[in-house]
Amino acid sequence: MNRYPLWKNVLVVVALALGLLYTLPNFFGEVPAVQVSSVKATIKIEPKLISRIEDLLKEAGISQNGLFADQNSIRVRLADTDAQLKAKDAIERALNPDPTNASYSVALNLLSASPAWLTGMHALPMYLGLDLRGGVHFLLQVDMKGALTKRLDSTGADLRSLLRDKNIRHGGITREGQSLVIKFREADLREKAKTALADSQPDLLLVEAADGADMKLVATLKLPAEKRIQEFAIKQNITTLHNRINELGVAEPVIQQQGADRIVVQLPGVQDTAKAKDILGRTATLEVRMVDDENSSNPAVMEQAAKGQPPVGTEYYVERGGHGLLVKKQVVLTGERLTDAQAGFDGQTQEAAVHLMLDSAGARIFKDVTRDNVGKRMAILLIEKGKGEVVTAPVIRTEIGGGRVQISGRMSTTEASDVALLLRAGSLAAPMDIIEERTIGPSLGADNISKGFHSTSWGFMAIAVFMMSYYLLFGLVSVLALSANLLLLVALLSLLQATLTLPGIAAIALTLGMAIDANVLINERVREELRFGSSPQAAITAGYERAWATILDSNVTTLIAGVALLIFGSGPVRGFAVVHCLGILTSIFSSVVVSRAMVNVIYGRRRKLDGLSIGQVWKPGVVADPASSTAAAK
Amino acid sequence: MEFFRIRKDIPFMRHALVFNIISLLTFLAAVFFLATRGLHFSVEFTGGTLLEVAYAQAPDLDSIRKKLEADGFADPQVQNFGSSRDVLIRVPLTKNEGKDTESAKVGERVMASLQKVGASDTATATTSNAPTLKRVEFVGPQVGKELAEDGSLALLLVIIGIVLYLAFRFEWRFAVSAIIANLHDVIIILGVFALFQWEFSLPVLAAVLAVLGYSVNESVIVFDRVRETFKKKRGLSTSQVLDHAITSTISRTIITHGCTQAMATSMLVFGGAALHYFAMALTIGILFGIYSSVLVASPLVMWLGVSREQFIKKQADKPEGMTDDGACV
Repeated sequence: MNRYPLWKNVLVVVALALGLLYTLPNFFGEVPAVQVSSVKATIKIEPKLISRIEDLLKEAGISQNGLFADQNSIRVRLADTDAQLKAKDAIERALNPDPTNASYSVALNLLSASPAWLTGMHALPMYLGLDLRGGVHFLLQVDMKGALTKRLDSTGADLRSLLRDKNIRHGGITREGQSLVIKFREADLREKAKTALADSQPDLLLVEAADGADMKLVATLKLPAEKRIQEFAIKQNITTLHNRINELGVAEPVIQQQGADRIVVQLPGVQDTAKAKDILGRTATLEVRMVDDENSSNPAVMEQAAKGQPPVGTEYYVERGGHGLLVKKQVVLTGERLTDAQAGFDGQTQEAAVHLMLDSAGARIFKDVTRDNVGKRMAILLIEKGKGEVVTAPVIRTEIGGGRVQISGRMSTTEASDVALLLRAGSLAAPMDIIEERTIGPSLGADNISKGFHSTSWGFMAIAVFMMSYYLLFGLVSVLALSANLLLLVALLSLLQATLTLPGIAAIALTLGMAIDANVLINERVREELRFGSSPQAAITAGYERAWATILDSNVTTLIAGVALLIFGSGPVRGFAVVHCLGILTSIFSSVVVSRAMVNVIYGRRRKLDGLSIGQVWKPGVVADPASSTAAAK
Repeated sequence: MEFFRIRKDIPFMRHALVFNIISLLTFLAAVFFLATRGLHFSVEFTGGTLLEVAYAQAPDLDSIRKKLEADGFADPQVQNFGSSRDVLIRVPLTKNEGKDTESAKVGERVMASLQKVGASDTATATTSNAPTLKRVEFVGPQVGKELAEDGSLALLLVIIGIVLYLAFRFEWRFAVSAIIANLHDVIIILGVFALFQWEFSLPVLAAVLAVLGYSVNESVIVFDRVRETFKKKRGLSTSQVLDHAITSTISRTIITHGCTQAMATSMLVFGGAALHYFAMALTIGILFGIYSSVLVASPLVMWLGVSREQFIKKQADKPEGMTDDGACV
C-alpha cells in the first residue's frame, strides 16, 4: 500500500497551485505603456495628476486599458505601440508646455498584461536582466579618498578661524595626505589649542609631534567619523544620480550601492550611452545670490525682463509659485561651501524649515552678507546645464553667523524635505569613476531570450522523449515531476523578483538536466528491487526510500557549489547562482515528493498489483522476451 | 527497454592502475597547456573594452584592424563572432589611462573609427554597410583583479565545503578522493580551454564550478553504494565491493549524464555564441566527470585503504542489546 497522508497530498496540490498562480503572469506577455514620473524633487506625483492624464487621453481620443500609480510614477496601459506613441506625445505636450524646462519625464515602457487581480497579489512576471531586455549598465567607483580630502580641506579652514577666534597663534595649518598639521612655537600654545580643538571638533584625533624646533599637532579624522563621511558621500552621490537619471526618462532605473564604495546604475532600454554618461558625470551647483528688490517690485521693469530684457547685472527667474524675480548676477556663495542640508522645524514657530550647514569660509561670507543686507531678499538657485532655478528666495531677518542657516516660511513639511534633498543632491559629494560599462542592444536582448528559451525547450523535449520511452509510465511521472520543477522554479523566480539573465536561463536548463538525476535514481532503484523479486508495492516504497539518502547527499554537494558562487559571484555569475540554488531546492521537492504523490495516486490504492509500468526489467539468468517490452515484472 | 544487462560485476578495479595513469597523463597535459599557453581570459578578467558590432554585409576585418591601429588603439583584436557579419572587437586597457574616466569612453572612440572605415572603403563596402552597435562592455582594471580573486575564493569555498560535508556524511577517505578526482576534472577543463585558446569568461567560470559540484555528486552516488554494500554484504574484498557499487550504478550514471548532456548539447546548438563556451565547459566537464568520479575516485579510495571496518565499527561499539537509534532496554 502506498498512500500519502492527506496533509502531504494537500501540500503537493497547494504547492503546485501556488506555482501555477505565480507562473501565470509570465504567459500574458507585455503591453505598451507610457510612464510619467516627476523630474524635479519639488514636484510630487499626486492623485490629481492621474485624473488629469485620464482627461487628457479622453480629449485626444486615445483609449487606455488602465492607469496605475505608485509613489514615483503613473503608468498608462495602452492597446498598441501606435496608441502608445500618440499618448506619449499628448501627455508630453500637456504636462511639459516648455520642453526646455520639463517638470515630468514621459517615457515609453512595457507593462505586464496580466489581469489586475494577479498583479494585486504580487504575482508579477520574472524580472529580466539587462542582457535580456537591452540597456546600459554602469559600475561607478566613488573616490572615498577624494571625499575625505575635501572634508579635511574644509576642516582646515574651520580650524584656522577657530584658532583666530580663540586668539591662539599658530605657525600655519597644512594638509599632508590624510591629516592636518598645525605648527606652534610654544608648547603651552599647543596645549591651549589642543583643548580648544578637542571641545569643538570631536571628530578629530589629535596627536602631538615635534619637528626640530617646531611643535606640531597632527589631526586626523577618527575612524567612526571617517566612516560617517564615507557613508554620507555615497548616499549623496546616489541621491544625485537618482535626480539626474530621472531626467533621462528611463522607465525603471536601478541605482544601488554595491560594496562599501561602489554604485551600480542600470538603465533598461537606454541605448545612447554617450548621453547617459554625460548626465551621470555632470555637476549641478548651488548658488546664493542677492535679489534685486528695487527692480523686482517695479512692474514695468518686470514686464521687460519677462520678455528677455532684464536690467544690466541681473537675471530674470521665475520662482516656484510663479512669481517673477530679478536676481543679481554676482554670486555670494556656491554649493561647495554647503556641507549638509536637512529638513526640520523652526525652533520657535514650529514651521517646516530646511537647515543648512556651511563650512567655516562659507559661514564667514554668509555672516558678512546677511549683516549688510537685513530686510532684503536672497535667492538660493540650483544651476544645472547652465540653467538656473530659484529654489527659494527668503527675506533676511537678522545677521546669521556660525554657518547654520535656516530657510523657513511658506513651506510644507514635504516641500522642506524636497528642498533639503535638492540642495544636498545638487552636487556630488565625491568624484566618481566609471569602472565597468555594459551596453546591450534591444535586438540582442530579444535574441538572447529566444536562444535561451529554445535551448531549454529542446533539451527538455529530448529528456522527456527518452524518459518516457525508457521508463514508460514511471518515465511520464518523472517528466511531469520535472515540469513541476520548472513550474515551481519559474514561480519562485517571479515571486522573489530575482533578476533573470542569460546565464540564469542557462542555469534553468542545467538544473533541469541535473534534476532528472533524482528520478533516474528512483526509477533504477525500483527496477532493481523488482529484479530481486520484491512485490510492486514494496518495490515502490523501497525504491523511493533508498534513493532518498543518495538524492540528498548529491544535491547538498551541488548546493555547496551553488552557494559558493552566490557568495563570491557578481554580475553574470550571481544570476547563474541564484537560479541554480533555487533550482536545486525545487528539484528535491518535485522529484521526490511530487513524483511520489503521482505514483501513489496511480498505484497506491490497488491491492492487487500485477506489475509496474517502468519498462522492461531484465533479470540475470532469465532470457528476456522481446515481445513483452511494455511490461511488467513480477 | 533495458540497456544495461550486466550479469556479473565488471572488474573495474583490476584496471585501476591503468585508469590512474591515463588520468595522470591527461592531468599533466592539461597543466602543461595551462603553463605554456595560459588561459585566454575575457575582458571581464583582464579589463578593457569589448564591442560587438553588426554589419549589413561582411566587412573586411583587416581594414578595421588597421584603421583602429592607425587611430591609436594599442593591440586591438578584431574577429568574427557567430556570423561573418558580426564583429567582435577587443581593446585592452592602456597603462597610463588607469583610473581615468576617459578610458570608459574608448567604446565611443572605437565606434567613431569604425564609421570612418565604412566611409573610406567605398570600393569594397557600400556606404549602407554602416556598423550598428550591439553590445559594449568596459571593465576597469580593479574590477578584473577582484573577479579573479573572488573566483579563486569561490573555488576554495567549494572545495572546503564539499570535503567537510563528505567527511561528515561518509569518511575522510571518500572526501579526499572525491575532491582530488574532481579537481582533476577542473584542471582538465581549464587545460582544454588553454589548448584551444577558447575565451574564459565569467559564465565559463560558473560552469566549471557547477560541474565541480555536479561531478562530486556523481562520486557521492557511487560511494553511497559502496557504503551500502560494505554494510550489507560480507566476505567481499574492497575491490569487489567497489566493482559491485560501480556496476550497479552504471546504468544510472550513463542515463543521468546522457540527460544532462542533452541539455548541454541543446545549449551548444541553440544557445548561440553567448552560451557557446558555457555549454562547451559543461560538455567537457560532464564527459570527464563520468570518467573521473567513477574510475579515478574509486581507485583512490582503494589506495587510501578504505575497508569494511570503517563502516561497521560504530555498531560494534554499541553495548549488547542496543538498537540502531541507541535505545537500550
